[in-house]
Amino acid sequence: MPEGEVVGLVGESGCGKTTAARALTGVVPANARIAGGRVTFGGRDLLAFGAKDWDGVRWRQIAFIPQSAMNSLDPVYRVGTQIREVLRHRGGLGRGESDRRVDELFSMVGIAPERQQDYPHQFSGGMRQRAAIALALALNPRLVIADEPVTALDVIVQRQVLDTFRDLQVRLGLSAILVTHDISVVAYACDRVVVMYAGKVVEAGPVRAVLEAPSHPYTMGLYNAFPDLGRASGTLVPIEGNPPDLRDPPKGCRFAPRCPFAVAKCREAQPPTVTVAPGHTAACWRLDEAPQLRQLAREEQTWLRSSTSAA
Amino acid sequence: MAEAAVAVPAAAAGRRFRLPKIDPYAAIGLTIYVVFFLVALFADRIATHDPLEILFDDDGNLLSNVAPGAAHVLGTTNLGRDIFSQLVMGTRNALIVGVSAAIVVASLGTLVGLVAGFFGKWVDTLLMRVADVALGIPFLPFVIVLAAFMGAQTSNVVIAVALLLWPNTARVIRSQVLTVRERAFIEAARVTGSSTWRILFVHVMPNILPLTFLYGSIAVGWAILTEASVSFLGFGPSDSISWGYMLQDAYGSQAMSRGTYFWFVPPGICIILVVVAGFFISRGYEEILFPKLKD
Amino acid sequence: MASLLDVRGLTKHFPVSRTLREVARGERPVVRAVEDVTFAMDQGESVGILGESGCGKTTTGRLLLKLVEASEGTITLDGYDVRALKGPDLKRFRRHAQLVFQNPFDALNPRFTLRRSIAEPLLNAGVPKGEWDDRIAAVLKRVHLSGVSDLMEKFPHQLSGGQLQRVVLARALILEPTFIVADEPVSMLDVSVRAGILNVMREVRETMGLTAIYISHDLALVRYVAPRTIVMYLGKIVEDGPTDAVISRPLHPYARALVAAVPVPRVDQDRGALPITGMIPDARNPPSGCRFRDRCPYAVARCAEEVPALRELAPGHRAACHLL
Repeated sequence: MPEGEVVGLVGESGCGKTTAARALTGVVPANARIAGGRVTFGGRDLLAFGAKDWDGVRWRQIAFIPQSAMNSLDPVYRVGTQIREVLRHRGGLGRGESDRRVDELFSMVGIAPERQQDYPHQFSGGMRQRAAIALALALNPRLVIADEPVTALDVIVQRQVLDTFRDLQVRLGLSAILVTHDISVVAYACDRVVVMYAGKVVEAGPVRAVLEAPSHPYTMGLYNAFPDLGRASGTLVPIEGNPPDLRDPPKGCRFAPRCPFAVAKCREAQPPTVTVAPGHTAACWRLDEAPQLRQLAREEQTWLRSSTSAA
Repeated sequence: MAEAAVAVPAAAAGRRFRLPKIDPYAAIGLTIYVVFFLVALFADRIATHDPLEILFDDDGNLLSNVAPGAAHVLGTTNLGRDIFSQLVMGTRNALIVGVSAAIVVASLGTLVGLVAGFFGKWVDTLLMRVADVALGIPFLPFVIVLAAFMGAQTSNVVIAVALLLWPNTARVIRSQVLTVRERAFIEAARVTGSSTWRILFVHVMPNILPLTFLYGSIAVGWAILTEASVSFLGFGPSDSISWGYMLQDAYGSQAMSRGTYFWFVPPGICIILVVVAGFFISRGYEEILFPKLKD
Repeated sequence: MASLLDVRGLTKHFPVSRTLREVARGERPVVRAVEDVTFAMDQGESVGILGESGCGKTTTGRLLLKLVEASEGTITLDGYDVRALKGPDLKRFRRHAQLVFQNPFDALNPRFTLRRSIAEPLLNAGVPKGEWDDRIAAVLKRVHLSGVSDLMEKFPHQLSGGQLQRVVLARALILEPTFIVADEPVSMLDVSVRAGILNVMREVRETMGLTAIYISHDLALVRYVAPRTIVMYLGKIVEDGPTDAVISRPLHPYARALVAAVPVPRVDQDRGALPITGMIPDARNPPSGCRFRDRCPYAVARCAEEVPALRELAPGHRAACHLL
């Protein structure tokens, strides 16, 4: 992930996108274990970090906005007080300095600085989400990871929050990861996209390339299932079936049981991740035929199976 | 998904109520209850003597303060009564008081809680104010006064305990009903034309029954403790043996200073065990009802 | 053709808890959740009610089904005065008017098997037990669930969201209703299964000739299922017209902002500022005159003085704005 870009992490519920984002910030539930792999940030291996190392990096370098950020503000303290506390205890700022910084953060995310005297319940959903962003940005992180930042918001507010986010990202040169299930959020706000299915990355690349010329059948299907106001009013095509049980994932490609293009090989071995174009990778056995598959994927008939399999 | 997580474990048992299997405390509590229940059921056969019979030896001497031994498992009182038999018969009385009070408390509390929570408005206000009044009455003095006025019978102790304990159950059930009432499947029942009473008893009630059982099991312990207290203070039924009566008898006969521990320690342990068992079981239910409490 | 549903001046005020000062002054503050809503629907028509959270769309749906009692106005469904229904008439009404819920994970009793949940309407309607199996099999076929073996003996937590929503739909359809309200029927589901549910809903509406109202915050979804759209803002209808017209030529300034804000899954799109400012005001004290005026970039003095009427500005296309 290059510096100064916004990467979208897309997938359905339970595909592992939230877990992946949390693993990046070292916040994992007690029953989880990072089984392997490598994460480097600014040349340092994050997975080798102990609790002490994390303290130095989390928030200062990498900030995380959790899914329920809207509800993560403490109801009994004023919003401004909560941000000031982070600045003074984590950031080591003095009283006057932190007051100035809170004003700055509030105007940065588009909330009138007078409103810092308010309690969280006096804020609307959109404002609370902005306050959560302000909180995350408090210590000038280099990377912000936001888990479903606009999911619970109405479209107008959603747009406003995304605009704020984009604007800040450009102005501050932030790198950001947006975790979402909504490909229109990705299309609107991201430079690159990573598509996950059942715990694995199936496709990754520049947003334009992935959305306009998807290489993995799951990406193709996801696009078909998504309503598009600008597209002629065709039928929406569902991907039949459900994601696999991750306690017992299929042996081959994890998407094979739902994939209309699956061949015998797909059920036997996991496809390798292949670079299809500079910066664009995908994991599918039939990547060579991607242009033809893309044609087929546009046809509704391809995705329709006997509805009895809608298990 | 938090709501779903709460609903799932109970639903997994279908419409029956699976008793908590996993929680070791609950298992211990249940075992204690089962043992006492069996003892109460077969008390006639287990008891070696009539608990009130004054025993004499072959020479006609009073068998007073006999130490525990083969003939008298726990020895005898200073009036020559068999302590073990008293303990066994006392178990039966204790359980009769406990279980019948628990049944009354649980059913009264559940009914009031259901009606108050479901109908709301003035019904709720009225019932909850009545509950407040009942909660404000000092427990033991009320039971003693009631026993004094209406006669020292077991049934009166049960009534007194029931009158004082139902508000706790009713309050908790009511708050649970307030939550269940807002769930979409209750509205769904309305849209599909279910009558109000059907919604209340078929859709709402099964979802709060685990709480009823929980409060019932706590009430067993409370009722037994109350009965023992009343008997110990000398206001208990004089016609039957109970653990409290045994303690009072021992106290009155200065068993402590005489060092006849086998007289008053066993009934004390029994009371502790029953009360503790009720709380252990409630702990197990807690795991089912609020699995998030323990992460 | 006579309208199947005729709604006039529908209003709902929810009382809210009072502050000490309000009690002292004898004031009774209310949330004006729905205010003077008027529209009609023909038999077999399907309409989308679109709006942001708190706009009164969900309350409107509940009012139409008599799940919430209206404060003012009339609702006539198939000749019945819905507000006056009682006893056996209400019971008959419940057979004809059904609701599809937003959250399928919560809409089924967790302690009932799916068969029991689906059969619940049959039991309440007094359908003889002998007919149940056939009726259940038929309705499962309608929602494309018939192939799944022993599904009916399962409990809700054993199913996926998509399957549950089909079961919820089956329960709503088993008495063959004529009128159905779907409240955000797919918003809790994953994208890849949403389309399946919407397709089933479209299909049953056509084959059963249902009159349907889809309540949603998602214009793309409304367009997919309803040829006509009603846009609500703060309890009032601001625009009502053919969905395609609302999308391509929205009349009301709020509708314009709403349409512009709808996210689209394409890289090339307008990222300009929205023609709207601020946020939704408190429904306890809505602005005088036009409720949208304090956020409207075009507002003039008249907007504060006079409540704009819903006027027909093009055939079948109404909007409530002074400036049009």
